[in-house]
Amino acid sequence: MTELKTETITVNMGPQHPSTHGVFRLILTLDGETVVDVEPVVGYLHRNHEKIGEYNNWIQNTPFTDRLDYISPMSNEFAYVLAVEKLSEIEPPERAEYIRIIMVELNRIVNHMIVVGFLLNELGCFFTPMMYCVRWRELVMDLYEMAAGSRMMPNYFWIGGVAADLPAAFLPQCKELVAALPGFIDELERLLTDSEIVQMRCKDVGVLPPDVAVAYGCTGPLLRASGVPYDIRRAEPYSIYDRFDFDVVVGTVGDVYDRYLVRIGEMRQSVRILEQALKDLPEGETATPKKKKFMPPEGDVYHRIEAPKGELGFYLVSDGSDHPYRYKIRAPSFVNLQSLPYLCRGHKIADVVVNIGSIDITMGEVDR
Amino acid sequence: MEFVQRIQQFVDQIFVNLSFWASSQLANFLPEGAVTFLMMFATILVLIFFGLASIIWINIFERKIIGRFQDRYGPNRFGPWGLLQCVADMIKLLTKEDITPTKADRLIYNLAAVVPIIPTFLILAVLPFGRGMVAADLNIGFLYIVAVGSLGTIGIFMASWASNNKYAAISGLRTVAQMISYEIPMVLSVVGVLLLVGSLSMVSIVDAQGQWRLPFIVLQPLAFVLYFTSAVAEVNRSPFDLPEGESEIVAGYHIEYSGIKFAMFLLAEYINAFSVCAIATTLFLGGWRGPVLPSWAWFFLKTYSLYLVLIWLRATLPRLRVDQLMNFAWKTLVPLALANLMVTALVAKLVPQHSLVGAGALLLTNVVIVIGIAVVKYPRWKREKREVVLVPRSASSQAGGS
Repeated sequence: MTELKTETITVNMGPQHPSTHGVFRLILTLDGETVVDVEPVVGYLHRNHEKIGEYNNWIQNTPFTDRLDYISPMSNEFAYVLAVEKLSEIEPPERAEYIRIIMVELNRIVNHMIVVGFLLNELGCFFTPMMYCVRWRELVMDLYEMAAGSRMMPNYFWIGGVAADLPAAFLPQCKELVAALPGFIDELERLLTDSEIVQMRCKDVGVLPPDVAVAYGCTGPLLRASGVPYDIRRAEPYSIYDRFDFDVVVGTVGDVYDRYLVRIGEMRQSVRILEQALKDLPEGETATPKKKKFMPPEGDVYHRIEAPKGELGFYLVSDGSDHPYRYKIRAPSFVNLQSLPYLCRGHKIADVVVNIGSIDITMGEVDR
Repeated sequence: MEFVQRIQQFVDQIFVNLSFWASSQLANFLPEGAVTFLMMFATILVLIFFGLASIIWINIFERKIIGRFQDRYGPNRFGPWGLLQCVADMIKLLTKEDITPTKADRLIYNLAAVVPIIPTFLILAVLPFGRGMVAADLNIGFLYIVAVGSLGTIGIFMASWASNNKYAAISGLRTVAQMISYEIPMVLSVVGVLLLVGSLSMVSIVDAQGQWRLPFIVLQPLAFVLYFTSAVAEVNRSPFDLPEGESEIVAGYHIEYSGIKFAMFLLAEYINAFSVCAIATTLFLGGWRGPVLPSWAWFFLKTYSLYLVLIWLRATLPRLRVDQLMNFAWKTLVPLALANLMVTALVAKLVPQHSLVGAGALLLTNVVIVIGIAVVKYPRWKREKREVVLVPRSASSQAGGS
């Protein structure tokens, strides 16, 4: 008896697809329901970010970074501002440092909420977990609006400080939010972590061994879920992260479920950092005195931070003029995305979107 | 007291009396054969009209409830409390461009939009909506439902194949596999009920629940759960909505359809969901039986309560993967349904019919099966709980060597 002849089919998933987090195309080679190969195609959202950045002056680039990973604008600004400060050796005032930490950690919580919400969406949960998470994002956005005047594109960080001091109503509202957050994270865990279907769908799907993760250059929760305790806040403390007491959350298996658990754990750690920062927040100035024209000295600098999605680095070259000579971004989404074919091979179609969701990409950052 | 009872009876029998009155009026000037024919025709029209009209409130009910589940209001713009949203949607769908892809199989593509809706209306014919309110009391009622219900699969497969789209093709294969797999536990779980009744007629099933003075959900709780689970899969509702799988294969079999053809699929889906709830009501919840309220009110109350469970599932549960779906059907539902059938056959022979003792024995055996399966197959306490490792500052500074 001869074997049945089978053929693989090629499916273009995207650029218009509900679960590819933007305009992102995957060329799937399928054997029935099983994925044989995946080829990600990026570039649909390319908008010359880095080249435009060379023509903006140094200060104009701060709001421009908001457009990279629009889920976590504060982190992008933080990385850029820290790089410029490192280049021109500016020390921001103490209070500004604390405010920055508060903003960035709030941002981390928002980002992880969105990831968990979208991951469940991709598991087929019809928006309910996402609506629950987005509700908390809105509360954080309210805080951003109060401090910076804008919700998604805050432009709050300045070179040498922050744009304005916190308004009087900010701290009580922020403390209330931080006090309420652990309760919501518990609720989220109660609803999702033990769910039979979530466990069935997530466990042993898209396993990324630590050596492969390192070889692909993965960072952030994706790498930590594989069992590598690498967090730049700990490995190379920047700003004032060495003052805070927090744990690095590490997974054991490296599958989608671990990535989910790591993000939940990181939200808890962020709450811890926030509590400490809110307690220690000193009084004083929030920015160094302004200069008429900001021109850093000649030279180049690379600075990286632990953004919610992974290592976000800015490589800046200055020729002493008022705009950067080179403005290069090491975007965590872009690097982490390279592991997608490895994660998807041999799994089912449904697992592809789950893997994308668990990697956590924002196309604004991937394509730049 | 007697007056109240008469009012109750009047309200209870209002639709039946209406049809008697209409046929007697027609008999004045028409031969008997024509009256029968006209009355049958009118009944069919009423059922179809009911089916179509019920979409309006089922749709708004579902969207409002899901909205509440998700911490939002649901549609609230058009009409009082947004109740006319469905009308607006229908107008939108009717006025949309009707697209047929150039490479589609034109005839089958267009035909497929109509096919799935026919069996859904056919099922309504044998459902007893109230005391004496059944269009056709077939003595093979349940068999008819199973036979007709499985026709919908053909329509879906036609749609997916004729669309000439890869997502649709994947969805079509998923649909066929899923529907065939879940038909088996669905029928097997009901056989237990049929054993107790001794008839396939839907009317006698309701009558039998009157003789037992208990709805069959008490006698056959396991069968009810099995039936309802497979019925959810049968009508492609979450968590078994793989054929649609919006986050993976976008919309599945109706990806290429637009406008009114797309609406036809939606229509079929909603009526299907309604009819599986109605069948579950008839088989397990005592059909139209209930105190005080008129019989048809009880029927709809029970049916829509079950529909609420469907909505609840849709709003809360993630979707299964295709291999897990098959495993669930063949490794869990089918063995359980077989076990239930065997035990029911044995116990129903041993215990007295229509007695509380018999009902208690049946309930007890069901509970024993469930607990047995829970202990042997799914020991919850044995399942490992995965935790993340927390690396505090001191540990990582040693590892980093600084």
